[in-house]
Amino acid sequence: MNKQFNVALIGNPNTGKSTLFNALTGLNQKIGNFSGVTVERKTGKLELNENLTASLIDLPGTYSLYPRSADEHIALEILNSTKNPDYPNVVVVVVDATNLKRNLLLLTQLIDLQLPVVLALNMMDVAQQSGIEINVPLLAEKLGVPVVAVTARDFQGIPALKEAIVQQFEQPTLPSSTIHIHGYAPEVIDEIKNYFHINNDYAAFELAHHYHELNNLTQEKKDAIEAIGLKYNFNANKTQVAETIDRYNYINEILSDTVRKNKPALEETRSNTLDAILTHRIFGLLIFFVILFGVFQSIFNWSQYPMSVIENVFISIENYLTAILPAGILTNLIIGGILPGMSGVLIFLPQIAVLFLFIAILEDTGYMARVTFMMDRLMKNFGLNGKSVVPLISGIACAVPAIMSARNIENWKDRLITIFVTPFMSCSARLPVYTLLISLVVPNKFVFGFLSLQGLILMAMYLLGFVSALLAGWLLKLFIKTKSKSYFLMELPVYRMPRWSNVGITIFNKARTFVMEAGKVILAVSIILWVLATFGPSKDFDAIETKYAKMSSENTTVELNSSTLESKKKAEKLEASYAGLLGKFIEPAIKPLGYDWKIGIALVTSFAAREVFVGTMSTIYSVQGDGEHLDTVREKMLEARNPETGELTFTFATVMSLMIFYAFAMQCMSTFAVVYRETNGIKWPLIQLFTMTAFAYLAAFAVYQFLS
Amino acid sequence: MELRKLTDIEIGTVATIDSFTDEETSILLLEMGCLPGESIEISNIAPLGDPIAIKVSGYKLSLRKKEAATILVR
Repeated sequence: MNKQFNVALIGNPNTGKSTLFNALTGLNQKIGNFSGVTVERKTGKLELNENLTASLIDLPGTYSLYPRSADEHIALEILNSTKNPDYPNVVVVVVDATNLKRNLLLLTQLIDLQLPVVLALNMMDVAQQSGIEINVPLLAEKLGVPVVAVTARDFQGIPALKEAIVQQFEQPTLPSSTIHIHGYAPEVIDEIKNYFHINNDYAAFELAHHYHELNNLTQEKKDAIEAIGLKYNFNANKTQVAETIDRYNYINEILSDTVRKNKPALEETRSNTLDAILTHRIFGLLIFFVILFGVFQSIFNWSQYPMSVIENVFISIENYLTAILPAGILTNLIIGGILPGMSGVLIFLPQIAVLFLFIAILEDTGYMARVTFMMDRLMKNFGLNGKSVVPLISGIACAVPAIMSARNIENWKDRLITIFVTPFMSCSARLPVYTLLISLVVPNKFVFGFLSLQGLILMAMYLLGFVSALLAGWLLKLFIKTKSKSYFLMELPVYRMPRWSNVGITIFNKARTFVMEAGKVILAVSIILWVLATFGPSKDFDAIETKYAKMSSENTTVELNSSTLESKKKAEKLEASYAGLLGKFIEPAIKPLGYDWKIGIALVTSFAAREVFVGTMSTIYSVQGDGEHLDTVREKMLEARNPETGELTFTFATVMSLMIFYAFAMQCMSTFAVVYRETNGIKWPLIQLFTMTAFAYLAAFAVYQFLS
Repeated sequence: MELRKLTDIEIGTVATIDSFTDEETSILLLEMGCLPGESIEISNIAPLGDPIAIKVSGYKLSLRKKEAATILVR
C-alpha cells in the first residue's frame, strides 16, 4: 500500500536548497501560497521507493527559528504546530559543507524540537576541492542523526539521502537535547508545558518567545503565555543570547574533531579577488551600470521577435474565429473581450522571461548580493534598503512579481516603502503607450548621428520613473514610523557558476506567477471593459443602428465602402456606450490637463491596465483591425481635431501631459491586488492608488499649463 | 589589550570579537556567527563607504557601519 507523508526541506539561504529540491522532485512541483499569507509555497512529489511517496515541501531559507522576515516566519509557523497540514514527519536540513558552523545552528534547534531530522551535507565537491575534510560517520555519531553527503547539482548522494529519509520515517532516531534549555527560564517553561500539555522544553521556550506572532494560537492562549512571561519576568533578548552562545559552543565541540581544513580554500581566494574588482570603488559601480544597461537592452531586443510572434498568433486566431463562429454577442465577447485580454497578458511574457533570466543568473552566481551590498548606502537615503534593488529592477518588466520579490526584506518599513514605490518604475505595460505618444510629437531624428531622439525621450521616461520612485521613498520615510530598527545583515556567498536548471525553473515559475496573478485580473477587466464599451443606453444604440442601416442601403455603389462605414459605426457606438458616457462625464475634470472626452474613454479603460490605451485609441479613431497597426492609429491621431475649435487634439502639450500622467498614475488592477495581499489589507493599496493618481493629475496639469 | 570598535580597525587586520554594545543588534550578530572569541577581519568596503564586508566564522558577511560599530574587538 502507498503511504503518504510530509517531508520538509529547510536550510540557510545560499546552501543550494532549491537545487536539492529540484534534484529530488524534478519538474514535479507545485507552486502556491501558504494559507493566509502570500509566501510562496513550493511542494513536490518525492518518490522514495516503490511503496513510499512523500510530499516534499521547500521551506523558505532561514538562519534560525527566530524569524526576521515574512518568508522566514513560515518555518516557525509550520514547525510549531503539529496540526498544521504541512507539519513534517521528517525534516531534511540542508547545509553548506564548506560553512558548517553557522549552518548547524538551525539543525540544533530542530533536534531540540524533537523532530526526526536528516542532515544533508550539500556541496561536498566544493568542500573537497577547498581542502575541507569532513568525517561524516563521526559527525553522524556525535550529532545522533543520519548525515548524508550530497552534491545536489550532479545528483550525487540522492539515493542515500532518500534511504535516510525512509529510515527516519519508519524508525526515527531522536537524540536528546543539544543544550540545557530548561535553565534559561525554568518556571516559564514548566508552566507553558503544563498549560499546553507538552513535554518538550524547547517547544515551550519557543512559545514563550514567539507566541505573539504565531497565527495558530488563539488570543486566549496568547494572553495566557503573556501572563506567564510577565509573572516570571521573562527576558526574551537575554535568553536568546544565552541560547545562541550555548548552541555555538556545542557546535564548536562537535566540529572540533570532525572537520579539518587543510589549505586556504581556493574558491574563497578566487571569490576575494573577484570581490576586489566587482565591488571596487570605481570599477564596481561601472561594471554594475554596464550590466544593467546590457540587461535593459536585452529585455527589449530579445523579446521583440517572440512578441511579434505572439501578436501574429492572436491575429490568426482572431481571424479564424471570426470566420467560423456565427455572428452574435457571444462571438463579439470572445473576439472583442476575451482574446484581447489574453493577448494583453501573454504579450508581456517574453520581456518577463528575459528579465528573470538575467536576475536568476545574477542571483545564482552571487553577484546580486554584491549589487545589494553596493547599493545599500544610496538606497538608505530614500527609506529603502540594498535589498530593494531586485524589486526595483524587476519593476521594469512588471510590478507584480517585483512586489512579491520584496518579501525577503526583513524590515517592515523598508519592505513597505519598496512595495509602495515599485509601481513608479516604468513597466512593460507603459512601453506601448510611450511608444505611441512619443511617435506623435518627437521627430524620428538622430542626435550626433547615432542617438535616436525618440529613444532618448523613452530613456528619459524610464529615468523619470526611477527618480520618482526614489523621491517617493524619501517622502514616505518621513511619514511612516515604526518601532523596528532598520538594519542590514547579509551573507556574501562565494561566487559560483550559475546552475542552468535553477535558472530555467526560476524563469518558468516567475512566468507562471505573472500569468496567474496579473493574468486573471487583466482578463476579467478586459471583459468588463468590453461590456462597458459594447453596451449603452438602448435608445441611442437603436438610433445608430437605424442610421447606418439606412446609409448602407442608400450607399451601395458609392466611394464609401462597407468596412469604412462599419468602423465609423463602431466609433459612434463607442461614443454612445457606457464607456463613452463615462468619458464625457469626466471631461470637465480632465480638460485642464488638455484631454477631451475621447482621451477620457482611454483613461477610463486603461485604469485597470495601462496598455489598453493603445487599443482604445485605435477603436476611437476607428481604425480597421486593432491596435496592432500602430501607424494607422498614429496617423489618425495626428489628424484629429477638436470639432468646435478646429485645433489639433494631440498638441505637444497634451501628449507630454499624457505621458506624465501615465508615468505616475497607478493604473493597474493587478498591482492593486498584489499590494493588497502583500500588505494584508486594503489600507496601503488605497493610499497608493489615491496618492499616485492625485500626483499624476497634478503633474500632468502642471505640464500642460506650462507647455500650452 | 584595549577594546576597539570594529569600525576602527584597518582592512585586513585580524582581530578577536570581545563583546557587543547593543543587545538587540547582538542577537542578530550572534545568530550570524559573530561570537565572542571568534576572529574577525574587515574584508572590503562598499563603493559608497558603507556597508562593509567582514570575514567571520568561515564566511563573508556584510553589515552597515552602524551595526559594525556595536562590535567591540581586541
